[in-house]
Amino acid sequence: MKTSTFRIFFNTGAWLVLAFLVLPLLVVVPVSLTDTSYIGLPKEHLSLQHYESYFTSPEWLHATWTSIWVGLAVAAAATVLGTAFSIGCWFLSDRAATIARWVLITPILVPPVVQSLGFYRFWVKLDLIDTYTGVILAHTLLALPYVSISVFAALANLDRRIPQAARSLGASVWQTVTNVVVPAARPGMLTGAVFAFIVSFDEIVGVLFITVRAVNTLPKVIWEGIQENIDPTIAAVSTFLVMITLAATAVVVLRRRIA
Amino acid sequence: MPRLTDKARYWMLVLPALAIMIIFYILPVLGIWEISVTEPDFGFGNYVKMTESNAVKTSFILTFRVAAITTIGCLLLGYIVAYTISNFASRLTPLMVALVLLPFWVSVLIRSFSWIVLLGRSGLVNDTLRDVGLITSPLRLMHNETGVLIAMIHVMLPFAVLPMLANMRGISRSYTDAARGLGASEWTAFRSVYFPQTLPGVFSGALLVFVLSLGFFVTPALLGGGRVLMISEYITYQIQEFLAWGLGSALSVALLIATALVLLVAARFVNLKSALLERH
Repeated sequence: MKTSTFRIFFNTGAWLVLAFLVLPLLVVVPVSLTDTSYIGLPKEHLSLQHYESYFTSPEWLHATWTSIWVGLAVAAAATVLGTAFSIGCWFLSDRAATIARWVLITPILVPPVVQSLGFYRFWVKLDLIDTYTGVILAHTLLALPYVSISVFAALANLDRRIPQAARSLGASVWQTVTNVVVPAARPGMLTGAVFAFIVSFDEIVGVLFITVRAVNTLPKVIWEGIQENIDPTIAAVSTFLVMITLAATAVVVLRRRIA
Repeated sequence: MPRLTDKARYWMLVLPALAIMIIFYILPVLGIWEISVTEPDFGFGNYVKMTESNAVKTSFILTFRVAAITTIGCLLLGYIVAYTISNFASRLTPLMVALVLLPFWVSVLIRSFSWIVLLGRSGLVNDTLRDVGLITSPLRLMHNETGVLIAMIHVMLPFAVLPMLANMRGISRSYTDAARGLGASEWTAFRSVYFPQTLPGVFSGALLVFVLSLGFFVTPALLGGGRVLMISEYITYQIQEFLAWGLGSALSVALLIATALVLLVAARFVNLKSALLERH
């Protein structure tokens, strides 16, 4: 088939749009190497000073570790709760279970500022303001929808007759869940856990409302950095994170290609 | 101990997550309704103040306008990408998918920061244009609606592409092939045979982008620089600057109702269950 204008239009258009999606992410790379103390391209020579200030700043490092371990805690909590939830709903699959699933995905639809306002007022009552428990709890709630959607997607491929067969052969409900359903849900649990970690690692609005000084996450330090003085350290941090994401995306795509 | 029925056991799996969600999320969000009619005084004073304020009206109109333009922009750009990925198979298809997913995984804060670096007064775009000699004084590319829209479309685009891709994967080639075989041009076959089949994906993408844009805070706040006050930023402004919790809550309730209305209207065109519950 000869190449039609139709085809050329879509192909060129798609690559242009993809360039629009990806290229802006890469501007942080040259900016992070600037030899100046403000945001801009390197003037005379390349410099690693902004990476140095990131890796030697107690504030930035502390915030990074906080985000990482809070993210891991959120991923663990949300994956356990969300998986149990989805498996239960999958077995029940009645009207009540569908309503429960709608309840669990509300955080996707409610505007971040509105839910953060709700968190603030409730966390004050519970004395959870500016505590790690408060942040982990808030982020777990925000991550639950993603875990439940992923696990449900994985269970969509499981034939309902398989757990029924296990039950009729004498397995208990608990044995059926752990030996039959959980293995089938595993890919969804993994995706869900990754989603949960990223939701927590990225979350800013809630953290701005429910923390003061004691808890500093990486997004909060970036946010304050952008608001106060745009310091090229932010570009170094951004480059670092974009490169990690790039590597992770590459691994996922290559693995899928081989599989 | 009495023996539990199977159903009760399954509910025991469901309950922990559901209970936590209801107690720590649904109730606090509903609590906002209470704050809106009790602070500072009992009654509908905040709602009266809200409906009388021109600033609030401007902010709501701006929010809906930005969300609508973002949605249209994302659908147009996203459709081209989704169509190319699903119809013109090549070795580069996995790369194209990866390029859609990459920004999706990068923090919204970082993406907004990139746009600040590009669009600022002495940002990369202005500097380059000046060095080339195209402009003498910097263009105003951010701290206005243009900047907010560019960055919003960038942030929301993957949310439009992914549902459209999922939809297009399920469309069989045989219909367009039949149309082509019967003599339709490539364009006609696309317009009258392929495009209508993609509408469910287009609608779910539109719904997702529109609803997320309505309540979006980070990008408008950073790129708008306090000059493009979308409703979310207006709410934080009331609370942080004026400690007007009552008015802030009333505005939040209005935003929640607006979001719910959009979902209700969308339910006529979109299968909400497949758009929201069965998203991949």
